[in-house]
Amino acid sequence: MDQSRRTFLKTLGLVSFSAAGAKKSKATPTNILSDDRMGVLVDTTVCIGCRRCEYACKAEHNLPAGDIDDYNDRSVFERLRRPDADALTVVNQYPNDKEDRLPVTVKVQCMHCDHPACVSACIVGAFSKQKNGAVIWDESRCIGCRYCMVACPFQIPAFEYDKAIEPKIMKCDFCYENRTSKGGIPACVEICPVEALTFGKRYELVQLAHEKIRRNPDRYFDHLFGEHEVAGTSWLYLAGQDFKSLDFPDVGTDPAPGATEPIQHAIFKFFVPPVALYALLGGIMWLGKQNREEEE
Amino acid sequence: MDELLKPAPVKRPFLSTGVIILIVLALNGIVWSILRFGLGLGAVTNLNNQYPWGLWIGIDVAAGVALAAGGFTTSALVHIFYREDFRVLVRPAIMTAMLGYTFVAVGVMFDLGRYYNIWHVPVMGNSNSVLFEVGICVMTYLGTLYIEFFPIVTERFIGKVHLKGALRFLNRPIDSALRWIDNFLDNTMFFFILLGVVLSCLHQSSLGTLMLIAGPKIHPLWQTPISPLLFLLSAFAVGFPMVIMESLSASRSLGLKPEMDVLARLARFVGPLLGVYLAFKIGDMVIRGTYVYLNEINFASVMWVVEILFGVIIPIRMFFWDKVLRSRTLLYLASLLVIFGVLINRFNVFITAYTPPYILKPYKPSIGEISITIGLISLEILLYRTLVMIFPVLAQPDKNYRPKAKFAIRGVIR
Ligand code: SF4
Ligand code: SF4
Ligand code: SF4
Repeated sequence: MDQSRRTFLKTLGLVSFSAAGAKKSKATPTNILSDDRMGVLVDTTVCIGCRRCEYACKAEHNLPAGDIDDYNDRSVFERLRRPDADALTVVNQYPNDKEDRLPVTVKVQCMHCDHPACVSACIVGAFSKQKNGAVIWDESRCIGCRYCMVACPFQIPAFEYDKAIEPKIMKCDFCYENRTSKGGIPACVEICPVEALTFGKRYELVQLAHEKIRRNPDRYFDHLFGEHEVAGTSWLYLAGQDFKSLDFPDVGTDPAPGATEPIQHAIFKFFVPPVALYALLGGIMWLGKQNREEEE
Repeated sequence: MDELLKPAPVKRPFLSTGVIILIVLALNGIVWSILRFGLGLGAVTNLNNQYPWGLWIGIDVAAGVALAAGGFTTSALVHIFYREDFRVLVRPAIMTAMLGYTFVAVGVMFDLGRYYNIWHVPVMGNSNSVLFEVGICVMTYLGTLYIEFFPIVTERFIGKVHLKGALRFLNRPIDSALRWIDNFLDNTMFFFILLGVVLSCLHQSSLGTLMLIAGPKIHPLWQTPISPLLFLLSAFAVGFPMVIMESLSASRSLGLKPEMDVLARLARFVGPLLGVYLAFKIGDMVIRGTYVYLNEINFASVMWVVEILFGVIIPIRMFFWDKVLRSRTLLYLASLLVIFGVLINRFNVFITAYTPPYILKPYKPSIGEISITIGLISLEILLYRTLVMIFPVLAQPDKNYRPKAKFAIRGVIR
């Protein structure tokens, strides 16, 4: 079904742009959800807000990281921060419902969705979900339309607005290039001094999380964020209080691409509708012509 | 019998006060364009990581595509449903659609961070992506529009190719090439006309699918699974008002007699088309129960009411009123209202309705964005004026023309 539709659109594409000879690369990303995909469990009740992960992530990605001691400055917590082109992960602080003196700190980065909206949306297939769970962006394809940013339910991809040429889409890549694709662990997980971050197979992390909740029902709010949200994410969160109070978005449990793919596919199923419309209009046109010739 | 009308280049001085103002606005846009391409999107726009799309996508692209719907609706009416009595409107409608889509494409280039990679779209397209479908259909349709316009070019130059000097020997080959193309297009045009209509229906509706993937970021007043249908119906409805508005504007500014009787007959289609759109819009609202959002007074609900009241309900009433159809001013006003309604609708879907979960800095279009949008529109109008002065697009009374009887159809000559 997809194939025929793609051929149709491709042919149109080639008609409009005689891109003959251009190397055809595999277009539509297929979602390979491996059972052994990796993930990270973030236990916000353990996180101490030291922001070492922010430092490690920048250093790993050759972003200006500054001095590691600068990250002890807790005044940044005064306002909400979001990942951007210079910081692929940030830690935010929220009041603790149970214990006023111990604020909750939450690390934010790409959730590496199992059914990522960014992958579905990207016009040229620059985003892809890898076997190990990482959702990564391919610089050589991107045209900078920023539709991925419109689509992402967690508002993660950031764009280098200040670059006139080759602006990049920046987001956490699960340290795919140099670490996780080679069996390594992400830089942020490695540096975390209190083991608030656990890297492992996703299904094991889910078990581990539920085990933690079962053993410490007082410590944890009984919900594993990311287990079912947008039909599952590779990064999972545990918290001591309602996730709404920690600014987690209310995204539902359906895959984020939502109704768009079914609508797309319905319109183009065997691309009957466009061809039928063409035939119908052609028929009307032909009949009209017959009538007119009879009149003359 | 009707007056004999024949498309011909308009003979008028190019400059006028209005034209000079347009040139100034266009130049201002060009200055900002240099900054945009020299320094990047951040330097001239207020777009940020929370609001990746703004004025350019909402107005230049989405509204631009909708308002260019005059082309496919008119061409379907005349060529597919054989309403020959509207033939005089086809050429201007195709030409404005061609200009409109050209500027949509230009507008997209301004917005793309890596505009020079645009060729990746046909080569690497991701068929799950709605944007890919919109992109490929718009590209193909733009090509189709150029083909549909080409017979006007051949008509202008056949028998009139007079190159001087060293290039003289080219006169005959160019002329025969033009004749060959003209003949070829004459025989194959039906294919392109049908293709144009089908492509238009596809991407006009897909534009409405674009924001569905943004899910809860879009205000429920506009976030509906039938959004593609609403976009298509509103494109049908806005096509003829655009043609009427353009025709009345052009005749005023170029000192031609408006074809009021043709336009009034065309205007009779608008009321029912708008009515269907309104029925679906309200029906959807009732079924999804989104009227509750109209209880709270905020920017979104006010914009929704403005869109529906001034853009749909009032013009429906007007188009069903004979007095409006007879009066040049009222007809112009009614058409402007429909255009305004669709423009505001696209603005609402892409900008008003978009509320990201984390807002660090709200979005307001910057001076640069507005300047470039206005500059592009000014350039488009200037090009329209230039083209109707070069090519036989607008129908004018023709005294010297002796029609061959077989080409005369109800007083209108092709
Ligand atoms: S969080 Fe956003 S950017 Fe990350 S995988 Fe999901 S949709 Fe893509
Ligand atoms: S900005 Fe790049 S990665 Fe994002 S959707 Fe557009 S082409 Fe794809
Ligand atoms: S996984 Fe890598 S890229 Fe992602 S936040 Fe951690 S260090 Fe940064």
